[in-house]
Amino acid sequence: MIESRTVETVVGVFIALGLAALLMLAMEVSNLSTMGGGGDGYEVRVKFENLGGLKVRSPVKMSGVQVGRVAEIVYDSQVYKAVATLRINAEYDRIPKDTAAKVFTAGLLGEQYVSLDAGGEEEYLKDGDEITLVSNAVVLEQVISQFLYNKAADGTAEK
Amino acid sequence: MKELILDFLQNLGRQGLEVFERLGRGHLFFFYVLTGTWDVLRRFRLIVAQVYSVGVLSLVIIVVSGLFVGMVLGLQGYNTLVDFGAEESLGVVVALSLVRELGPVVAALLFAGRAGSALTAEIGLMKTTEQLAAMEMMAVDPLHRVIAPRWLAGFVAMPLLAAIFSAVGVYGGWFVGVGLLGVDDGAFWSQMQDAVDFDDDIMNGVIKSVVFGVVVTWIALFEGYDTVPTSEGISRATTRTVVNSSLAVLGLDFVLTALMFNQ
Repeated sequence: MIESRTVETVVGVFIALGLAALLMLAMEVSNLSTMGGGGDGYEVRVKFENLGGLKVRSPVKMSGVQVGRVAEIVYDSQVYKAVATLRINAEYDRIPKDTAAKVFTAGLLGEQYVSLDAGGEEEYLKDGDEITLVSNAVVLEQVISQFLYNKAADGTAEK
Repeated sequence: MKELILDFLQNLGRQGLEVFERLGRGHLFFFYVLTGTWDVLRRFRLIVAQVYSVGVLSLVIIVVSGLFVGMVLGLQGYNTLVDFGAEESLGVVVALSLVRELGPVVAALLFAGRAGSALTAEIGLMKTTEQLAAMEMMAVDPLHRVIAPRWLAGFVAMPLLAAIFSAVGVYGGWFVGVGLLGVDDGAFWSQMQDAVDFDDDIMNGVIKSVVFGVVVTWIALFEGYDTVPTSEGISRATTRTVVNSSLAVLGLDFVLTALMFNQ
């Protein structure tokens, strides 16, 4: 039998190793380090006619930098629009009120995200505000049908 | 003819009853061990010694297997992804399959083979040589003194082993993908971090490994405690431990996956 002090030390090393592996998984492998402490921050609402494939936890970006995430998506049957609640990290507290929100797709088939284009107003967005300048998600089927429609229209005009 | 059918039915009934009797004894055993958990927590040394034999001694096989599983994942994932020009997603493939499935499941299977069989043989031999009976004679409850610390050790060690397995595997995949096959280092990690969610993926993997740890140690200890006290009985019990706990791990994995990832 090995001395109990050695056993205890080795077990201590084992537990520390296991916890270090968990920590490595949390910080390096998962998005825990990039979430920016979910608790602080503020929420703004956006009403979209169509938000395409946007999901809860989709990123919110400004100029390509992630500034927050989509916190909640509900359908408002009063105005027949989808209402997305965006949680913006607290450090980005100087977003003008007339900022425009668009739903974009990363790559041709990638995930969808909300892009914010900063406006020029002096007042900044606060918790509970609503972004009114909105452009909707591009739905691939609509683009294709529009393209075909235009083609057909061109064809008849030339004749 | 009538006799034959009756005999057959009687046999079937007896075997069925035996299965249920064993199941019932197994559950009573488990609950009785659970009641001893509190006593053992106050005698911490007993647990530490068991964590050593169950956890630390399994470390080598876990680390080596994790490394190779990760490296194979990297190689296979790369060969498939490169056809689509998506080899940057290699990190996602390696990390998700390790953290969600392979880490907990393969670590639990190895744990059943390495630690579970040893537990069964140890307890079985204690029973065969009447050490457990001797303890009872001295008014020491063997379920609380011998079984409970081993159960707690499995409960502690299994999630840690699974986490080590996954972490080493990710580095194995990284070594093959980034080191040997030339995937971009930044894309490997950043795409991985984008796709792996802490609550949904990592914590669910940890929950899985905790469940597996409890089930594997429970089966191993019960098979040992319930063994027929002969050398043949011990060998049968050890085989049953490995077979039953592997089946339990794979079956439970399906159930847990269906519960956790069914959005």
